[in-house]
Amino acid sequence: MSSQTTVTQNTTSGKSGDKVFKGLAYGAGIMILVALAAVTLFLLVRAMPLLTGSQKANEDTIVSFTGGQAHNFLQYVGPLVFGTILISALALLLAFPISVGIALFISHYAPRKLSTALSYVVDLLAAIPSVIYGLWGGIVLVPHITGFWKWVAQYLGWIPLFKGPAADPSRTVGTVSVVLAVMILPIITSVARDIFLQAPRLQQEAALAMGATKWEMIKLAVLPFGRSGLISASMLGLGRALGETMAVLMILSPGMSYSVKLLQASQNQSIAANIAAQFPEANDLGVSTLIATGLVLFLITFLVNFIARKITEKARA
Amino acid sequence: MRNNALIRSVAAISGFAMLAALAACGDNTSATSSSSASTSATASISGEFAGAGASSQQSAVEAWIAGFADKQPDAKISYDPSGSGAGVSTFLTGSTVWAGSDAAMTSDQVSQSKSVCATGTAFDVPVYISPIAIVYNLKSAGLNGTSKHLNLDGETIAKIFDGKITKWNDSAIAKMNPDAKLPDLAITVVHRSDKSGTTKNFVSYIKDTADAAWPYEVGENWPNNVGQGAKGTSGVITTVNQAEGTIGYADASQAGSLGTAAVKVGDDYVPYSADAAAKVVDASPKDDTATQKNRVVIKIDHNTTESGAYPVVLVSYDIACPAYKTAKNGEFAKQWLTYVVSEEGQKTAADSAGSAPMSASLRADVMKSINAIKTK
Repeated sequence: MSSQTTVTQNTTSGKSGDKVFKGLAYGAGIMILVALAAVTLFLLVRAMPLLTGSQKANEDTIVSFTGGQAHNFLQYVGPLVFGTILISALALLLAFPISVGIALFISHYAPRKLSTALSYVVDLLAAIPSVIYGLWGGIVLVPHITGFWKWVAQYLGWIPLFKGPAADPSRTVGTVSVVLAVMILPIITSVARDIFLQAPRLQQEAALAMGATKWEMIKLAVLPFGRSGLISASMLGLGRALGETMAVLMILSPGMSYSVKLLQASQNQSIAANIAAQFPEANDLGVSTLIATGLVLFLITFLVNFIARKITEKARA
Repeated sequence: MRNNALIRSVAAISGFAMLAALAACGDNTSATSSSSASTSATASISGEFAGAGASSQQSAVEAWIAGFADKQPDAKISYDPSGSGAGVSTFLTGSTVWAGSDAAMTSDQVSQSKSVCATGTAFDVPVYISPIAIVYNLKSAGLNGTSKHLNLDGETIAKIFDGKITKWNDSAIAKMNPDAKLPDLAITVVHRSDKSGTTKNFVSYIKDTADAAWPYEVGENWPNNVGQGAKGTSGVITTVNQAEGTIGYADASQAGSLGTAAVKVGDDYVPYSADAAAKVVDASPKDDTATQKNRVVIKIDHNTTESGAYPVVLVSYDIACPAYKTAKNGEFAKQWLTYVVSEEGQKTAADSAGSAPMSASLRADVMKSINAIKTK
C-alpha cells in the first residue's frame, strides 16, 4: 500500500519512470492472460485428433493404455478424475485442521521468538521439491506406515474406506494422501497465519474484555474474520494436490476403478501421474489422449477455483 | 524516493530478462549437424550423431558410446532414452540416425521409412538380448539369494500374476518345489505401472505357455488390477524389496539379492543366465512376416524345449537405413552398428548392463544387413 502512494506522489518529478513502470505492469498483466490462452489453445489443438480421428484408432490406443480395461475416452478418464479428486480431497481433509492449528499457534499462542522460528520452518517446508517428498514417501514412509495401516484395517475394517487386507508394502491412496497432506500443509498454514495476524486487535481485546476465554475470543473474533481467507488457502492447497505428479507417481500403485478402498493397492490413479507414467512410450494418438486428460484436469482446477471464488465472495458480502 | 521507483523498474526488467533466459533454455533440439560432408575414403568420422528409443538399452548404449569413442574420438554420439515408440517416431522424421526399439517395426513404419532413407526402406536388427528375471522376496523362508531358485511353470506363473494363486504354500507351487519350505504367506504381485517392453515380453511369454490361464491381450501395459504397480525397473525392485511375499519381473541384471524363479523348459527347470537367454534366441525362428529387405526379426519361441534355454527374454532392436541422405550418417551408422554387434561391443554391454551376448551365428546374420549400408 505504502509503495503505491510513494509512486503517485512522485509523478511530477518522474513522468518517464512512471510510464515505463505502467507499461511493465500492463505487460505483466497481459502476459498472464496470453499464457493462459496459449495453454488452453495448446490443450485443445493437441487433444483434437481424439475427437476428429477414427474411432477405431482411438479405441485401440485406449485399449493399449489400459490392457483392455477401457474402450472409450469416458471410460478411460472417468476413474482418473475420480482418483484425482479422491486423493486431493483426502489430502486436504488431513491437512486443513492441522494447518489451522499451526497457524493459530503461531499467531496467538506461541511466544514471539518461537513463532518466528516456526513460521520460518513452515515456509521452508513449502520450498522442498515434490520429487523429494516422493522419494521420502516411497522409500521411507511406505515400509514404516504399513504396520499402522494393518492395524487400521484390523480394527476399523468395518468402515468401507478402511476395508482390508491392507496392502504390504502400502503403496496406496491412504499413504499418498498423507504425503500430499504434508506437501500442502505449508501453503495453507502460511496463508492462514497471515490472515489470523490481520484479525482486528480491537475486536479481540473487546472479546477478552467481555470475559471471553482465549478459545472463545478466537472463535468470536479471529475465525469469522479469516473464513474467506481460509477457503482461499485451502483452494490453493487443493490446487497443488490436484496437479501433484511426482509424489503420486513414485508412491502410488495405480489402478483404474471407482473404488474408495484406501488401504488396498491398485485402486486409483491421478490424471497428472498417469500422464507422466504413460507419456514416454506413447505414440501420436496416445499423446493426444493424454493431453485430452490434461484438458480435463485443467477444467477441474478451473472449476475448483471458480467455486472457491464464489464462496469467498459470499463470505465477504 | 525516486531511487525507489528506479530500483523497482530495474527489478521488473531483470525479472523479464530472467524469464526470457529460462525460455531460451527450453529448446534443446539435438539434430544431427550436417556440416559439409567430407566424403573421403578414410573411415574416420566426426560430427554429432543422435539416436533415440528404448530405455531398456540405455545403460548398454552408454557403454557403447564410451567404447566407440576409443575408435572414433571425433564422433559425438547422443542417445535419448525416450522410449521405443517415441524413438521410432523420431527416426521416421529423420532427425536421428538410428532408433532403438523393444519391438520390431510394423509394415506401415517400414514403408514410411522410404521418406527418410536415401534408397530402400529401414531395417531392424537385434542388438541387445536381456533375460527377464521373475524375482520374489521370501527372505524369512530362506529362499532369497542368487543361487536360490523356486521352480515354476508357465501356467503357475500365469495364475500367480492373475491373482488365482494367492498363497505361497499353494499346492501348485509346492508340487514343483518339494524341497522348499514354503511359508503360509499372501502373494503380492508387483508389475510395471508404466508402458514397458519388459512387460510386453513377459506377458507374451505367459500367454504362449499358459494360453487358457491367461485371458488378457499382449501389450506394453499391464492388463489387470492384481497386486501393485511400480514405475520403472527400479520401482519394481524397490517394491519387491520392501515387503515379503512379493513377486515381480524385471531386467535380470537388477535382481540383486532377491530370489529368482527357474522356469520350466521341456522337463527341466532353468534359472536365468546370459548363456541360457542367448540360447533361446538361437533356437527361435525368424519372424516370417518381416519380409522386407535386410530385416532380422526374431520370433521368440516361448515353448522351446531346447535344454538349458531360458525363454523369458527381451530382445531389443536397432533400426537404421540402408542408405542415408547424408553420406556421413551412413558411414557412422555402419561403423556404429558393426561395433555394437561385434564380440567386443556385446561383451561391453554384458559387463555394464548385464545383457546376454549375441551368439556368433546371430552376429554373422546381422552383419549381412549392416554390411548392406551404403556409405557413399
